[in-house]
Amino acid sequence: MDLVLQLLFTGIGIGAVYALVALGFVLIFRATNVVNFAQGEFSMVAAYLMVVFAVDLGWPYWLSFLLALAGMALLGVIFNLGVYYPLRHRTFLPVIIATIGASILMANSVLAIYGPQPQVLQGWFETPGIQLGPVYLDSQYLLIIAVTVVMVIFNYWFFEHTMLGKKLQATSQDKEMASLLGISVSTMIMITFIYSAVLGGLAGILVAPVLFVSIQMGSTIALKAFAATIIGGFGDVAGAIIGGLALGVIETFGAAYISVPYKDGFAFLVLVLFLIFRPQGIFGERVAEKA
Amino acid sequence: MSAPSDNMTMAAAPRSRPLLLRHLPYFIAAAILVALAATMRFDGYILNVLMQATTFAIAVFGLSVVLGLCGQINLAQAAFFGFGAYAVGIGTTDLHLSYWLCLVAGCVMALGAGAFLGMSTLRLGGHYLAMVTISFQQIVTLVMINAIGLTHGPDGVSNIGRPDLFQTGQGYLAFCVAVLAIVGYGVWHLPDTRLGRAMRAVRDNELAAGVSGIDVFRTKVYAFALCAALGGLAGGLFAGGFAYVSPDQFSFAESIVFLTMSLLGGVASPIGSAIGTGLLILIPEWLRFLKSIPGLYLAIYGLFVILIIRYMPDGIWGFIGAALDRWRSRIKAPAAVAPLLLKPATIGGDIVLEVKGLSKYFGGLKAVDGVDIQVKRGGVHALIGPNGSGKTTTLNVLSGLYKATSGKVLLDGTDITTMPPHQRTAAGLGRTFQNIRLFRSMTALENVEIGAERPGNTLIGQGGPAALTERAMEALTFVGLGSRANELISSFSYGHQRLIEIARALAANPTLLLLDEPAAGLNSTEKLELHELLKRIAAQGLTILIIDHDMTLVSEAAQHITVLNFGRRIADGESMAVLRHPDVVSAYLGSE
Repeated sequence: MDLVLQLLFTGIGIGAVYALVALGFVLIFRATNVVNFAQGEFSMVAAYLMVVFAVDLGWPYWLSFLLALAGMALLGVIFNLGVYYPLRHRTFLPVIIATIGASILMANSVLAIYGPQPQVLQGWFETPGIQLGPVYLDSQYLLIIAVTVVMVIFNYWFFEHTMLGKKLQATSQDKEMASLLGISVSTMIMITFIYSAVLGGLAGILVAPVLFVSIQMGSTIALKAFAATIIGGFGDVAGAIIGGLALGVIETFGAAYISVPYKDGFAFLVLVLFLIFRPQGIFGERVAEKA
Repeated sequence: MSAPSDNMTMAAAPRSRPLLLRHLPYFIAAAILVALAATMRFDGYILNVLMQATTFAIAVFGLSVVLGLCGQINLAQAAFFGFGAYAVGIGTTDLHLSYWLCLVAGCVMALGAGAFLGMSTLRLGGHYLAMVTISFQQIVTLVMINAIGLTHGPDGVSNIGRPDLFQTGQGYLAFCVAVLAIVGYGVWHLPDTRLGRAMRAVRDNELAAGVSGIDVFRTKVYAFALCAALGGLAGGLFAGGFAYVSPDQFSFAESIVFLTMSLLGGVASPIGSAIGTGLLILIPEWLRFLKSIPGLYLAIYGLFVILIIRYMPDGIWGFIGAALDRWRSRIKAPAAVAPLLLKPATIGGDIVLEVKGLSKYFGGLKAVDGVDIQVKRGGVHALIGPNGSGKTTTLNVLSGLYKATSGKVLLDGTDITTMPPHQRTAAGLGRTFQNIRLFRSMTALENVEIGAERPGNTLIGQGGPAALTERAMEALTFVGLGSRANELISSFSYGHQRLIEIARALAANPTLLLLDEPAAGLNSTEKLELHELLKRIAAQGLTILIIDHDMTLVSEAAQHITVLNFGRRIADGESMAVLRHPDVVSAYLGSE
């Protein structure tokens, strides 16, 4: 029972990371109708930026954190201008392929610059964790869960209660109508990319001390995050979060009770099961094409 | 004596010459290449480069089928390639099986895996397929590395065997080149087959493909499975060629390499695949110094992908091919054709279409609510109503794009209520769309040929290419566009595109033709022409159910009118009487 609680805690911690990246996925999908296959690389790049600032240059953790997020915002701008914007009037297939190209470009540029050796990033806190009854709460996992909760609340407030959030929603639902109402669609899409790059980056920085900082972390996280969005219901914000948490828990239990080397395979298994039996996900977004 | 008569048959039907004879030059060239591969003296390094190029090209052919022809993405081609390679690797070493058996087993395994992946995902949007294939790729790599008992893990499999017949390196290369030539021939001609046409139709417009009688899902699964099988075949050949396989040769990075090859050369054609594969194998050999920095190589590939997509979406061969096509289509003059014959099936009684208590609810909204319609055989029946009255919803339920909430639809005595669109088309339903849905990458003739190929069309005989072209030409000539048959859709005006859509439906020889606002967006001359066309269609005994706003057209063309308002039928009967009906007048003009 103690082990179960411990695994549950770890699973939710890891799942929170997937949820954050999945949130970035969903936001871009809703704004542009495009799945950004480079979303995971945002996490990877941010983690490497942290390594550069905090480890190599030895700058304070909080300063490195802010600089890394600023770097992600810049990357979001570059990504939008270089990859999405020129293709915005094409069908989804070329856009998908371009984002895959961008993902390969980012991962391997970092590899070329930094080499294949995985890097280690310290956690935010000095204390490694606290013992609460039978469960040991790792401080970094606690931080991940706390930040995810804050981001989810912020996200809700931002989209439902600010003018900018409402403009973003309007743009994602009907671009033509939004532009007729005087909303600059290209600005809104730019903001969406910046926001989701920062979200992805945040997830990467948070998870970096738990995993190693490696070139592969981006694609691994992206895969899980995408599976999370399907499990939750594609395009649904709440679904992405619940799906992410569920996947983290399933994976952690799978690794503990079934097989460690195939840990990354459970996401795929769950994904295929959902595709076959409940393609609309838990929250039932309709997936059929409109006539 | 026989020469002149041969010439005459050729002039009448240019396609009737045996296909193999016309393509003799291709086979001669292929045979020369095979002979060269077998006899020229290569050193080991050149031999390896050629072996890699040959086997990779076959895998990239697979992508040209799934991505180029059918418009579906596959980011796991390296995994399928690995299926074939490991089947031959493990089979010929650990299991001591015959090379040929292993090669076939590898193809079958790849085909099965491809079909399974396709069936679980292809009903959903393209994003799903992209992510699922990436996931699949990762899983296969995980298994290759971790299932050490089966795959030897990261060490890989060495000392892989070759068939006795091709033990030498050169002999084996010649064998691979021969396979490449045969597969290339098949892929090259796939677009001219029924399956190939269906794939192109699905790529261009899934909805229109469905109502033209194509099983969209099955076509996509076939394309995907075929691609996977070609990957397996290529992998099996590769394993024999290099005698050693290891997991890193079949990683996600390799899938991206395949994708880049396909995009660079031109995704739509096997010639493009060959060009792309050749270039991306040779260029890296020339720029070997780049390999000293890990990652730089693939980073450049990633950049390439973005740039190609942005600046050269059809690849190198697409660029050249488009110019060639323009030149070729000008010299292809369509032959004179017989007038179009329409022979609508008459199995049921007097009523062609019987709609009983049809309802369609969207959540709480009753878009169509218990509507009855009886369309009598022959003549034109109109379905009218103000905006939002449920006309188009009714049409979409009739053609199977929406599922009926309740009610029954009988076409010529057959219950079609629960059939998917392509089966309704096979049962004899033809339709056009309010917002035109044509296959935009094809010519007018090709569009109409897809219509003519409807399963159950009795007027095309065995459905050979000559019969299809003839039928399609007749239909195009019937709507007055026969002389422009070989032009691409984009060169036609809006009104003419509408006529092509009607021709596509007519070529299928339907039992009932549904026209969804055919007059929308037409100018007054075009409307008159449309009216004439409707008369000529009706004169041949084909029943038409038309939805339109244009009261002049409706009142002149239709003998019978059904009026909907707020999803309910408010009037039904002979045209003039219905149009004077007080409920109809008040629905259109408002009441006091």
